[in-house]
Amino acid sequence: MSTPETSSHTISVLVDNEPGILARVVGLFSGRGYNIESLTVAETDARENLSRITIVTAGTPMVIEQIKAQLDRLVPVHKVRDLTVEGPHIERELALVKVKGTGDKRVEALRLADVFRAKVIDAKTDSFVFEVTGTSDKVRTFVGLMEGLGLVELGRTGIVAMSRGGDAL
Amino acid sequence: MKPEESATTGADLLVKALIDEEVEVVFGYPGGAVLPIYDSLFKQNRLRHILVRHEQAAVHAAEGYARSTGKVGVVLVTSGPGATNAVTGLTDALMDSIPIVCLTGQVPTHLIGNDAFQEADTTGITRPCTKHNYLVKAVGDLARTVHEAFYVARSGRPGPVVIDLPKDVLMNKHDYVAPKKPVQHKSYRPQVKPEARKVEEAIELIAGAKRPIFYAGGGIVNAGPKASKLLTQFVHMTGYPITNTLMGLGTFPASDKQFLGMLGMHGTYEANLAMYHCDVMINIGARFDDRITGKLAEFSPKSKKIHVDIDPSSINKNVRIDLPIVGDAGHVLEEMIRVWKARQPKVDHKALKAWWAEIDKWRARNCLAYKQDKETIKPQYALERLYHHIKDRDHYITTEVGQHQMWAAQFLKFEQPNRWMTSGGLGTMGYGFPAAMGVQIAHPDALVIDVAGEASIMMNIQELSTVAQYRLPVKIFILNNQYMGMVRQWQELLHGGRYSESYMESLPDFVKLAEAFGAVGLRCQDPAKLDDTIKQMIDIKQPVVVDVLVDKTENCFPMIPSGAAHYDMLLGPDDRAAKPVSEEGMVLV
Ligand SMILES: Cc1cc2nc3c(=O)[nH]c(=O)nc-3n(C[C@H](O)[C@H](O)[C@H](O)COP(=O)(O)OP(=O)(O)OC[C@H]3O[C@@H](n4cnc5c(N)ncnc54)[C@H](O)[C@@H]3O)c2cc1C
Ligand SMILES: Cc1ncc(C[n+]2csc(CCOP(=O)(O)OP(=O)(O)O)c2C)c(N)n1
Ligand SMILES: [Mg+2]
Repeated sequence: MSTPETSSHTISVLVDNEPGILARVVGLFSGRGYNIESLTVAETDARENLSRITIVTAGTPMVIEQIKAQLDRLVPVHKVRDLTVEGPHIERELALVKVKGTGDKRVEALRLADVFRAKVIDAKTDSFVFEVTGTSDKVRTFVGLMEGLGLVELGRTGIVAMSRGGDAL
Repeated sequence: MKPEESATTGADLLVKALIDEEVEVVFGYPGGAVLPIYDSLFKQNRLRHILVRHEQAAVHAAEGYARSTGKVGVVLVTSGPGATNAVTGLTDALMDSIPIVCLTGQVPTHLIGNDAFQEADTTGITRPCTKHNYLVKAVGDLARTVHEAFYVARSGRPGPVVIDLPKDVLMNKHDYVAPKKPVQHKSYRPQVKPEARKVEEAIELIAGAKRPIFYAGGGIVNAGPKASKLLTQFVHMTGYPITNTLMGLGTFPASDKQFLGMLGMHGTYEANLAMYHCDVMINIGARFDDRITGKLAEFSPKSKKIHVDIDPSSINKNVRIDLPIVGDAGHVLEEMIRVWKARQPKVDHKALKAWWAEIDKWRARNCLAYKQDKETIKPQYALERLYHHIKDRDHYITTEVGQHQMWAAQFLKFEQPNRWMTSGGLGTMGYGFPAAMGVQIAHPDALVIDVAGEASIMMNIQELSTVAQYRLPVKIFILNNQYMGMVRQWQELLHGGRYSESYMESLPDFVKLAEAFGAVGLRCQDPAKLDDTIKQMIDIKQPVVVDVLVDKTENCFPMIPSGAAHYDMLLGPDDRAAKPVSEEGMVLV
């Protein structure tokens, strides 16, 4: 029997913003041996006390289906949406990239930052902190380039995602 | 009365909320963190408290109570060790979908996180072994949380819910207002009604089958006694064969000629072969557990599979389903019957007749046969005799875990649901005796018997003190083979007969042990005296421990070794040499 292909899925989960909810979700993934490639969480509706969790995970179609069903049966989970299968969607990630150096390297870093539309949010005579936003691919590429130009520190948010068009989660 | 005395403490409020949930019994054990609750219990007489001797037993007792009544079982334990002792019971209830509300004491809110005396991170520890849990941080949230917890425990796929109660919350004051209408969770609404289209599709598939089989599980018990009636009615309307899982026994009458017995690892030859060769499988409320499927790649390869389950995560978990139906088994069966009646489908009687003829051939193998001699009692014989003496009485059976559990499933017949309590998913030795206490509390006049192994019974033997205190006439029927028989059987079949640590050295004298606790002890070793011993056990209106000395090396057959396919069944001792277990199978549990 051939093993079915593994693919990456971006899943949005709307949850009650209550203590332990993140532990519930993360515990589900570790307890059942599922992957987490990226995870972001923050309150999105203060009045209704809801948070939105965006998870990027990988698995065979059967595993992905299980992950969604398992998430959905957590009591404080309101909605689970697989953005990867439910039509076109947008994914964005933000990174803070600290680069240290002087001379040519410094100039080149600044030039590339401009190409990637990264913002300079902190500058010293021998360092920059860039803020870059985009798809994970773009962020990865930018970070890759900075590695040769004095990258000293990196912080990434993980992915937030949303479907295109007027329909809401 | 001073004004501050008129408001209700958290503990009093908790008791009121429990009474409003129609709770009658709480199984518990006190300690510092829950003393305010014990104080409130002391001052009232609506709620009965049963003092167990170990918190694990409190949960199992509540499980027995819940499974035999359909109500939510309630547990009360203290913080720290009280809560951690309850963890095995909670996990057991989660695996077997038993509705439990477990109240745990906690250190006061301002001490949480300080490694305070008897502090444990109870919500953290129980998160993976409960359906849901709560830490109540303010007395104002207490009543709503309790009502919501009962809703969550009993709705959809039932399960255990923990409410962790810091001591200050129990002592602070707040008014209690009884809920006007049943409290629900704000978003948790399991789907109970099936999609009409799916039911129609299912009926089409079922009616067109040539080699059909119903495979019904614990979900039918969860759906309430009416679901079992509907199942029986529908199976009769179709004339198709049916098999039950261990958890589903009793949902279809065992004496009915359409019943093929239990399926799975220790299921009957006919049930397993019918599952293998069927063309349409109708799974209602069963979860394709690995004890059922054996080798997944060879599980019922030729069938279209319908799966009715209230929990979408049970569907397509390990077996591909052609027609999933999400909904409550009772509702779905009602719809199925309605559509079947409306359509009056023509089933293929010729094909069905051939299918039954094939099944009858498998049945004729008489796979549960054993040889009783004059010398030693065979465990199977002991259970057959037991059944003979109890079948016309109002009776309930619980079990421990091991060979005796499987023999009980094979040799006792269950005609109704809620009469059979066993630890299926977790397989918890020590479950049966406390579960029997819970059953007896709920059904004081019924005959309640724990079919036990001599190893398992030692795991919660301290509860003899509880049954003595409450005069619960529970019977413990020990099939004493002096071995952890199930372990010994695997060692014999899979590990070259190296009986590492599976012999039960230094067993107690169970008769004297019973007497020491104020119960009655009986012993039987002679097949000729077995009937008298059983009759005596039934007649004594007190707790009785019966030590039945049985054949020490009898194995439980049929057996599908781990990782093998349904047609690779071992039918008896002579079968084993021919079929070595694969390495793949060896790593499985
Ligand atoms: C030593 C040992 C040996 C064992 N050998 C066997 C064996 O040979 N054969 C065997 O069958 N078992 C055996 N078991 C038990 C086995 O491990 C499982 O516990 C059992 O098979 C599961 O039963 P079930 O599929 O009916 O599911 P349950 O665990 O009872 O689950 C019920 C299912 O129904 C669903 N459900 C719940 N409520 C509803 C509702 N209202 N409507 C619809 N669906 C609902 C649930 O979501 C779940 O999917 C053994 C256990 C032990 C300890
Ligand atoms: C708490 C716990 N520990 C270990 C096991 C593993 N186990 C399964 S059956 C069994 C032996 C049971 O022996 P006994 O109660 O004498 O029953 P028998 O098989 O002899 O009928 C053991 C140790 C278990 N199921 N539960
Ligand atoms: Mg034994």
